Amino acid sequence: MEFSAATWIIIAGAIATYLTRIGGHVVLSRFDHIHPRVDAGLRAVPTAVLAAIVAPYAAYYGVAETITLVAVALMALRLPSLAIFCLGWLCILGLRQMIG
Amino acid sequence: MQSAKSEFWTGAKAAVPIILAAGPFAALFGALAIKNGLSVFEAGLMSTILYAGSSQMVGIELFSADVAPWLIVFSIFAVNARHILYSAVVGQYIKHLSFTQRYVSFFFLIDPQFALIEERHDKGIQISFAWLIGCGLTFWLPWIALTIVGALFGSLIENPAEWGIDFLLPIYFLALVMGFRKRSNWAAIVVASGAVSILAFHFVGSPWHITIGALAGIVLGASIGIPKDAKVASV
Repeated sequence: MEFSAATWIIIAGAIATYLTRIGGHVVLSRFDHIHPRVDAGLRAVPTAVLAAIVAPYAAYYGVAETITLVAVALMALRLPSLAIFCLGWLCILGLRQMIG
Repeated sequence: MQSAKSEFWTGAKAAVPIILAAGPFAALFGALAIKNGLSVFEAGLMSTILYAGSSQMVGIELFSADVAPWLIVFSIFAVNARHILYSAVVGQYIKHLSFTQRYVSFFFLIDPQFALIEERHDKGIQISFAWLIGCGLTFWLPWIALTIVGALFGSLIENPAEWGIDFLLPIYFLALVMGFRKRSNWAAIVVASGAVSILAFHFVGSPWHITIGALAGIVLGASIGIPKDAKVASV
């Protein structure tokens, strides 16, 4: 069976992910404590990566897109994730109709 | 200690409300994966063996952007780097399991699984292999099934922009970012990563803005540090 490039990337990504899930046990558990800077850096990763992905969508893609993301950020202060997601979807659909 | 069978079902029951909330995102992932050029098989494979919601979304976002393969794998690794902390913690709770049981259990160590383990450990209950598997399978199997359902439906949609589907990933990612807002240094990290990413998008170009922006936030987070009593469980 011939694998596509995407399949190989997925397999490599799966191995990388499994390594993160055993990594702490295999490596960090050998030390008495995690260095505070490493700890703080690791904790920052998901927020940093996702914020870096989203920011250009808010800045460069159009008025409807910018307003939608501002609305999503505000709704997220109160609502559960599925509700934010559905309202955000309605928001982009509606605003694109109006603004074009 | 309860029997393995009842431990299994206790774990499964604990996972049900969370998979009900997360399930639609598996279907969404399937649909978007198709839109971004993956096959139904590849989408299903990704949910089966990679099995990490937000990094799967990041992965397909990059697939569509014609990014170098190593950078896609690296981005997936970066998004999942928090699991390193989880496994350091959970490894302490499951020392009584056999080698094989431990390394099977680690495969299932997604965010909600970790949260449930912490909760159970806090109650002073020993974490059994049967409970871990009951919980893990209840997340994993529906996640795969719903991905395939979403992928099959996704291949029916012809013009994603008309339905706003092209903009669902940014909405999803932003909701995730906002969900992290109780974490240490959150606002500083968001502002640094976001601002640097916007500049890098303009001056360097896509997809480097992601790496450069994220690095800015990580370096800032590491240099501010975190309070001594912060728990890993602040997920």
